[in-house]
Amino acid sequence: MQYLLLIYGEPRTEAPPQDQLEAEMAEWFAYTEDVRKAGVYVDGNALEPVNTATTVRLKGGERVVTDGPFAETREVLGGYYLIDVPDLDSALDWAARCPGAKYGSMEIRPITVFDQG
Amino acid sequence: MSGWAAGPAEAVFREEWGRLLATLVRWVGDFDLAEEVAADAVAAAVERWPVDGVPDRPGAWLLTTARRRAVDILRRRQTYAAKLAVLKVEAERDEVARLAAPAEGAGPDVIGDDRLRLFFTCCHPALSAEARIALTLRYLAGLSTAQVARAFLVPEGTMAQRLVRAKQKIAAAGIPYRVPSATELPGRLPAVLSVVYVVFTEAYAASNGPALVRPELADEAIRLARILHRLLPAEAEVTGLLALLLLVDARREARVDANGDLVLLEDQDRSRWDAAEIAEGRTLLLAALRHRPPGAYALQAAIAAVHDEAPSAAETDWAQIVGLYDVLRATAPSPIVELNRAVAIAMAHGPAAGLALVDELAAGEVLDRFHPLHAARGRLLDRLGRPVEAAAAYRRAIELCGNEAERAFLLRCLAAAEARAAG
Repeated sequence: MQYLLLIYGEPRTEAPPQDQLEAEMAEWFAYTEDVRKAGVYVDGNALEPVNTATTVRLKGGERVVTDGPFAETREVLGGYYLIDVPDLDSALDWAARCPGAKYGSMEIRPITVFDQG
Repeated sequence: MSGWAAGPAEAVFREEWGRLLATLVRWVGDFDLAEEVAADAVAAAVERWPVDGVPDRPGAWLLTTARRRAVDILRRRQTYAAKLAVLKVEAERDEVARLAAPAEGAGPDVIGDDRLRLFFTCCHPALSAEARIALTLRYLAGLSTAQVARAFLVPEGTMAQRLVRAKQKIAAAGIPYRVPSATELPGRLPAVLSVVYVVFTEAYAASNGPALVRPELADEAIRLARILHRLLPAEAEVTGLLALLLLVDARREARVDANGDLVLLEDQDRSRWDAAEIAEGRTLLLAALRHRPPGAYALQAAIAAVHDEAPSAAETDWAQIVGLYDVLRATAPSPIVELNRAVAIAMAHGPAAGLALVDELAAGEVLDRFHPLHAARGRLLDRLGRPVEAAAAYRRAIELCGNEAERAFLLRCLAAAEARAAG
């Protein structure tokens, strides 16, 4: 089964010191490396900060574009991994190992499989 | 509790239902289909057994019938997933044949062990606490949806929906159907035990409704704890939980008087306590306590055992109970443990010492809406000869209490305190 691991965290108000930033980046690289080596990696990306988000809706056929995410929340989506594992327990194991679980929360969403009959 | 099948075969069905369903879920990988074919097999048995007689191996008979039905249904579904499932179920034919053949020394438990998987799936942490309880009662205890709804005093439609949503989550989120590994077990077992414990406490301190004790629900909790103990005999907390339930349940008959009113532990007729349940509970407790350090259920069972062993309320070894609460609060700290410990201290060292601790707890917000705290406070104030304050505490307890039998008891306490205050 494929699962999307959504990484949520509180946005940083100021940049951390250089050595801390480097240590954190190393954690993320190591985790990505582990996911790839285990053969469960499908995709994964970090997202630009939430202040770069734009939301669009069609209202009566008219395009309405607004600045910001669709909902204001304390923790915001910062990135994701798409993994392919046998079941929820394995997905939970990978999510718990992700640095995002330590710095914020990980939401695990199964990918829908449409039955082709 | 009336089952979904009447007659002499009911006991067989109740015993076989959880096993049957657990094995079918493993084969077909689908709760709904497993349930459907299990129900069909039971319906067939209700029809055939009175005519043909109950088969030697009722479990294997039910399983064979259900398996055939599952194959029929899956063949009609033209999906790829169903085709795979047919192959899988067909492959199980040998397993059924093996079970159906009268093997040497094979007891009724020969099909037993899929139930452990079912426990861990139904009590998976990815499910809400309510869903875990509903699934466990429905699929492991074999209660009907209507019975589960009654147990939790919600409309049947609400419970049916809760079960449907929970099953959807199991399927869609890929909650696995397996027993956790030895390393995962310590993390996963507490959720399973907690479901059984919550069912039992709901039976004993029904949060709402008229009855003080709901014996059918207490019986289900004990039945579930027994199954778990049979499946995991080496797990000390499973043993501890079963011991706890038996040692508390032993007082069931004495807890309510002829009018259905609550009788406090100190006023109970101890000759009405169930000696067999106490003896069994004590044996289990000794086994659970061999594991060091003792777990929270074993410690609570030990406290229950000290009460059960006292020939009279006055002869209760309160110092030992306080000591056990001291260990329990270190093992599993909770405001409720603190409250119970305060009450024990009042018995060991006098009401003033207990009241000081209860007042401290009352000042915190956590237990402010917990009616037993105010009821305990009322009793301590009563004993200290402060009826006006006692009455105020009883009033607060009555305001918060949702159980009618318990309310009636508190109203009597209030009336007595008010009479003393006036006199």
